Amino acid sequence: MPTKIEKDALTGTDTTGHEWDGVKELNNPLPKWWLYTFYACIAFAVVWMVIYPSIPGWKGTSGWVAREAVVAEVAAAQARNAPMMARLREATPAQIQADPELRAFAQAGGRVAFANNCAGCHGAGGQGALGGFPSLADDDWIWGGSLEAIQHTIRHGVRANESDDQRQSIMPRFGADGLLTRAQVDDVAEHVLSLANRATDPAAAARGAVIYAENCVACHGDRGEGNREVGAPRLSDQVWLYGASKRDIVAMINNPRAGVMPAWQGRLDPAMVNMLTVYVHSLGGGE
Amino acid sequence: MASATATAALAPGQAWRAQEETYVEAPIRAFAVITAFWGVVGFLAGVVIASQLAFPLLNLDLEWTTFGRLRPLHTSAVIFAFGGNALIGTSLFVVQRTCRARLFGGDDAGWFLFWGYNFFIVIAALGYVLGVTQSKEYAEPEWYADIWLTIVWVAYLVVFAGTIMKREEPHIYVANWFYLAFIITVAVLHIGNNISIPVDIGASASYSATPGVQGAMIQWWYGHNAVGFFLTAGFLGIMYYFIPKQADRPVYSYRLSIVHFWTLIFLYIWAGPHHLHYTALPDWAQVLGMVFSIVLWMPSWGGMINGLMTLSGAWDKLRTDPALRFSVTAVGFYGMSTFEGPVMSIRAVNGLSHYTDWTIGHVHSGAMGWVGFITFGALYYLFPVLWRKKAIWSEKLIAWHFWLATLGIVFYITAMWVSGIMQGLMWRAYDELGFLQYSFVETVEAMHPYYVIRLLGGLLYLTGALIMAFNLWKTVTAGEEAAPAPVAAPASSIAVAAE
Repeated sequence: MPTKIEKDALTGTDTTGHEWDGVKELNNPLPKWWLYTFYACIAFAVVWMVIYPSIPGWKGTSGWVAREAVVAEVAAAQARNAPMMARLREATPAQIQADPELRAFAQAGGRVAFANNCAGCHGAGGQGALGGFPSLADDDWIWGGSLEAIQHTIRHGVRANESDDQRQSIMPRFGADGLLTRAQVDDVAEHVLSLANRATDPAAAARGAVIYAENCVACHGDRGEGNREVGAPRLSDQVWLYGASKRDIVAMINNPRAGVMPAWQGRLDPAMVNMLTVYVHSLGGGE
Repeated sequence: MASATATAALAPGQAWRAQEETYVEAPIRAFAVITAFWGVVGFLAGVVIASQLAFPLLNLDLEWTTFGRLRPLHTSAVIFAFGGNALIGTSLFVVQRTCRARLFGGDDAGWFLFWGYNFFIVIAALGYVLGVTQSKEYAEPEWYADIWLTIVWVAYLVVFAGTIMKREEPHIYVANWFYLAFIITVAVLHIGNNISIPVDIGASASYSATPGVQGAMIQWWYGHNAVGFFLTAGFLGIMYYFIPKQADRPVYSYRLSIVHFWTLIFLYIWAGPHHLHYTALPDWAQVLGMVFSIVLWMPSWGGMINGLMTLSGAWDKLRTDPALRFSVTAVGFYGMSTFEGPVMSIRAVNGLSHYTDWTIGHVHSGAMGWVGFITFGALYYLFPVLWRKKAIWSEKLIAWHFWLATLGIVFYITAMWVSGIMQGLMWRAYDELGFLQYSFVETVEAMHPYYVIRLLGGLLYLTGALIMAFNLWKTVTAGEEAAPAPVAAPASSIAVAAE
């Protein structure tokens, strides 16, 4: 098709004279504002490339280096809190709790450290979760709720094999290893329920009491009061790590589960561990 | 023109057969249908994963239905299945008509592209659900699917370029420049980013040829240009044909189309490193990625100007033609997201926006607003033409689709702006003692209401697409038959100038 320049009836602009499947093109110039904005962007780009590193070997007139900038920011933030952190590192949790200034700082820092490191298992408010994540907001402590006990647990962890001083306990697999028969497990579970007045079968609970006395008393105590020395949870209350139903209890006797918590010593600054200790202690059940 | 006068003398049935012999159309009908189908599937997948983010229970605790596996299913379904079929289908339609040449390779070539490309979609999607992925965003398919796609894509290039080479028009139309740039560059990107060595010839897993930060650089060179050439250049090709056709107006500026085409394709390819601000990527590469992104602003807007200004003198058509409304609104969203993109590429802005929902909102204003709407506009144009109907079955339903989808986008992107900026600000908030103000989980909790609003937006968009699918189906089965039109009708508004 030969080139045939026409005038668009609506706008009076010339076409380019080409046509494709009925589509033509007007020969309008580049919009001025478009062109000058484009030039301005190019000018900005050139200036920016002079100021900052932009080609291999060119460091830019500003001397800006991303890594140095972030290192400087982190250092400035650390320097600001350095005196306080040094005092928190030296003090014991009890001293921190006694000093209003240290205590306020530890509460603020502990809250953040808890949210970023502990909340994943223990919940945002320390409320814990079913399935082996103990609540830290009540007064039911497996390993102790004093400042010292809490600090020890945080530092050394639970069954994580990361510290020689870790909290360590293992309950035998009474059912899975054949230490008790299926009927015996059922009876002893009924007895455990009776410790909190929840038994429904007195005869079975009575039979279970004998088995309990032979197998469980050493750790969980006469009346199921538990023993913090060996991390044996109290059985006579309504707080259950792995479920409160008889089925859950039978499962725990058959094949016990045991939670793991990392040792935070070495992962966190000692000042941070102290702040966490004070914070966790304050959640509701500190002793 | 000679063929036009010839067809006028024939009975309708004969005239249609004549058109069928002029151009390959059957595979293009298949592309049009499957575009609508994958669109619905892709939007549905998006609604599912949006509801999973708002209500994690809906992951169903099954490995195949978790967010991690369904998310690439959604992105690939909308980009490659919906978008890809729209691009291939429209490009085969446009290239034949604007070159006045039958498709190179004929019907067989068209059918090979259709089945070959959609076979790739299916094996890629199966892989995602089964956990087979090379973990590169928008390039998740493993080596076996990549090799197959390479074969199909090279065939596509041969068919498209072959048709251009045997054209009867002296000049190549601007839509075809964009389509061709899209096809060539996507081939280069796809091959470049997927070079890998299978762990074993019988294994689906592979090792990437580029490790570490080099791999990240290659991935975002690919990823950003998947946006630039797949979702921008390709769809600009759609715009350059369908908007002038729908508006029945000449393209606004030939000169602008040349300048913005070459600047766009030259600049886009450099912009990838803005996805890697504040990473191990060398500073100079980050800065370069940023400045090229900023310079890219005006070349992107060149397309918007040419799209919108083509309507000058025909703005009234927006009131009467809801399909054109889709195409024009698409250009508006295109302009908005191609302004937002350069802004977000600025290092300081990126420090706030990166890894937040702001990015998700940005992508969706482009994907739902630009890619989706320009495709809907093209489908509403294509179905009557391809099935010889006078018009779409119900214009009213197009209007319903338009308003539902527009409202859906507005819900979606405003929710993501608020959620994303809030998220970014919460991450960087410090209390007066220098401690972080919020934990991560608190930011997640704060985003929940916006996730629900986003879900609502997605549902509206999906509802609109279902209405479209119904309307297109009715057009095919119950639309009023059209009288055969001349293959190349002259535009009515052009008067011959006194030369």
